Amino acid sequence: MAINTKQDRDFVKTADEAVDMYHAKKEELIPILMKVNQDLGYIPKAAMEHISSRLHVPQSHLYSVASFYRMFFTEQTGRHVIKFCESAPCHVAGGREVFEALQEQLSISPGSTSDDGKWTLITTSCLGVCAVGPVMMVDEDIYGNLTPEQLPDILAKYE
Amino acid sequence: MAYFRSHILVCNDPECLEKGSMDIMELLKQEIKAQGLEEEVQVLDTPRIGLCAQGPEIIVYPEGFHYINLEKENITFLVKEQFLKGRPVEKWLAPKKPQAEQELREPTQKEVRVVLRNCGKIDPQNIEEYIAEDGYAALATVLSEKSPDDVIQLVKDSGLRGRGGAGFPTGVKWGFTRDAAGDQKYVICNADEGDPGAFMNRAVLEGDPHSVIEGMIIAAYAIGASQGYIYCRAEYPIAVQTVKIAINQAKNYGLLGENIFGTDFSFDLEVRQGAGAFVCGEETALIASIEGKRGEPRPRPPFPAVSGLFDKPTNINNVESYANVPQIILRGPQWFADMGTEKSKGTKTFALAGDVNKTGLIEVPFGITIREIIYEIGGGIKDGRAFKAIQTGGPMGGCLPAEYLDLPVDYEELTKAGSIMGSGGMVVMDDETCMVDIARFFLEFIQDESCGKCVPCRVGTKRMLEIVTRICEGNGRDGDIELLENLSAEIVEDSLCGLGKGAPNPVISTLRFFRDEYEAHIFNKECPAKVCRALINYDIDPEACVGCTLCARNCPVDAITGERKETHVIDPDICIRCGICKQVCNYDAVKVT
Repeated sequence: MAINTKQDRDFVKTADEAVDMYHAKKEELIPILMKVNQDLGYIPKAAMEHISSRLHVPQSHLYSVASFYRMFFTEQTGRHVIKFCESAPCHVAGGREVFEALQEQLSISPGSTSDDGKWTLITTSCLGVCAVGPVMMVDEDIYGNLTPEQLPDILAKYE
Repeated sequence: MAYFRSHILVCNDPECLEKGSMDIMELLKQEIKAQGLEEEVQVLDTPRIGLCAQGPEIIVYPEGFHYINLEKENITFLVKEQFLKGRPVEKWLAPKKPQAEQELREPTQKEVRVVLRNCGKIDPQNIEEYIAEDGYAALATVLSEKSPDDVIQLVKDSGLRGRGGAGFPTGVKWGFTRDAAGDQKYVICNADEGDPGAFMNRAVLEGDPHSVIEGMIIAAYAIGASQGYIYCRAEYPIAVQTVKIAINQAKNYGLLGENIFGTDFSFDLEVRQGAGAFVCGEETALIASIEGKRGEPRPRPPFPAVSGLFDKPTNINNVESYANVPQIILRGPQWFADMGTEKSKGTKTFALAGDVNKTGLIEVPFGITIREIIYEIGGGIKDGRAFKAIQTGGPMGGCLPAEYLDLPVDYEELTKAGSIMGSGGMVVMDDETCMVDIARFFLEFIQDESCGKCVPCRVGTKRMLEIVTRICEGNGRDGDIELLENLSAEIVEDSLCGLGKGAPNPVISTLRFFRDEYEAHIFNKECPAKVCRALINYDIDPEACVGCTLCARNCPVDAITGERKETHVIDPDICIRCGICKQVCNYDAVKVT
């Protein structure tokens, strides 16, 4: 694939920095992908291709690893990613009602991004703060002891 | 030497200084003198208490009262209240983080804190506080007085069993790795605590990371490893950060790296992060992940002790297993073996979650009963409801009913009862829980996290999930229960790893103890706990309804009709069973059947 857009060139640059950070070692593939995912919000095709060529690892292997782990996104996400804990302790503490209210307020279903590109809603496995369930994470912020009534105020904080 | 009954430490960091902390200190000294307390209360300055944005701040010891935002006018009153009357002034105390309070409370009588002993008490980002609590003294003892075989014997004698869930004797595992052929050996800490409901390891990594580091260095010495990894799940960013800081500090103090304590033992430690895959808590999948591959388990033998990371002998243990080691060395294996039951020695951390009043972390000696945990430590069931079941061991664990409340908690007892110890999650469920829904819930999780490598797990759990979902939706068929039992047996027998083998457990154990609920769903199309939406109806009781229209106005799908002051009616075809009408009704007129 020809790297011909400016965006692609930026993606390649980010990929390069990540590979350099981990000394181009094959076994550091996951930290490298993590760095790209953190910097760009997802792992674009151009970045994956470049990592493949620098590490001498087939693209199929790269894609196989990137698609295996839940925290890697291979598609662009919304400006803000909401991760809602769907695990048993949060569920038992009333998580179902909160999750339904959240989907209603955002008008999107889990695994998708809103039309205006603002929100991506996904479910996440246990975040380990079960004592304050139900729990959700918006970008890096964790919210606990959630009730449906709190949701509008929390969502309003994000541009 | 003067003996003071109390010390006041006044923060002298630049931020506090700017806000006049030295004036505060002067005033404190003056007031203490004015009250004739200068022989009893010492005022000292100290760097960095911590809440810099809310200075001036002081801490009063021995109680540890942390006062913030102090003003000069407060000092006279503060001294009189705190030191003459012995009453802390609540309004000036630093608030405790609500999350911290809910996670790790003051221990009750039945609790014994070994692994959690420093959590919440020391600053995890300050190695000196760990050292002050006998930190690294065990390592010093080991390196100066014990041979690797001595160390392995000590751990064997203590009876420590792997705290990750399998409960394999830790000393024996160390022995295997030590005996394996090879010059390069590794030590790995499994900090991929993926069990929903478990956050014990997170608390230790965030609150007392050095206990884990010290345990790992001792293990490395015992087995002859020169490199170690802490594999921590990425969902724990604070833990990752805290551990990295701790490792750096240990390096700076010569406790990691070349020639530790001046001996010829060298050991390096690094952090590796997961990327969101529950299966990476399985030891061979974890190893694959560190090697930069998909987290897929592989068959054993060979076991990691013989051929693990990069095909070298590798010892993998859980966070909690390592955290116990320094104390076992310092206090001796007999002290450890004196706690617990005949085959389960020592203490175990558990994370209490669900419908219990006091959720959070506890650490208790083995042998305590489930009843004591739920009622004496956990404060009983929330809202005064009745106990229905407790799920132990995470998503591959089983659900135990009320008949097992007096079961002593240990590895063998839990297994006999059809559950497992697992890493220590305990989810308490009240009588508003549907056990079929719970089984479906755990199956959904496991199906999602199945790595896909072997057919019994990949396909088998999917089929099981389809069947249980059908049952919850009111489409259960005669023969479904037998089908579930057959599938379960095959999946347990033929799956490649522990995830697959344990996957049917939620169904097996709920079928064992709550078969009648499955039968009600299938044959009567009823959900006794009134949870499964497809099997319940919301009705308005005409005797209780006053026609206030509150329910109709709040219904998201306009399923309720009725005139003011006349009985309202819910249309079952439109109703989505969200329950909002029941929540808003002030007359308890909405019934679920």
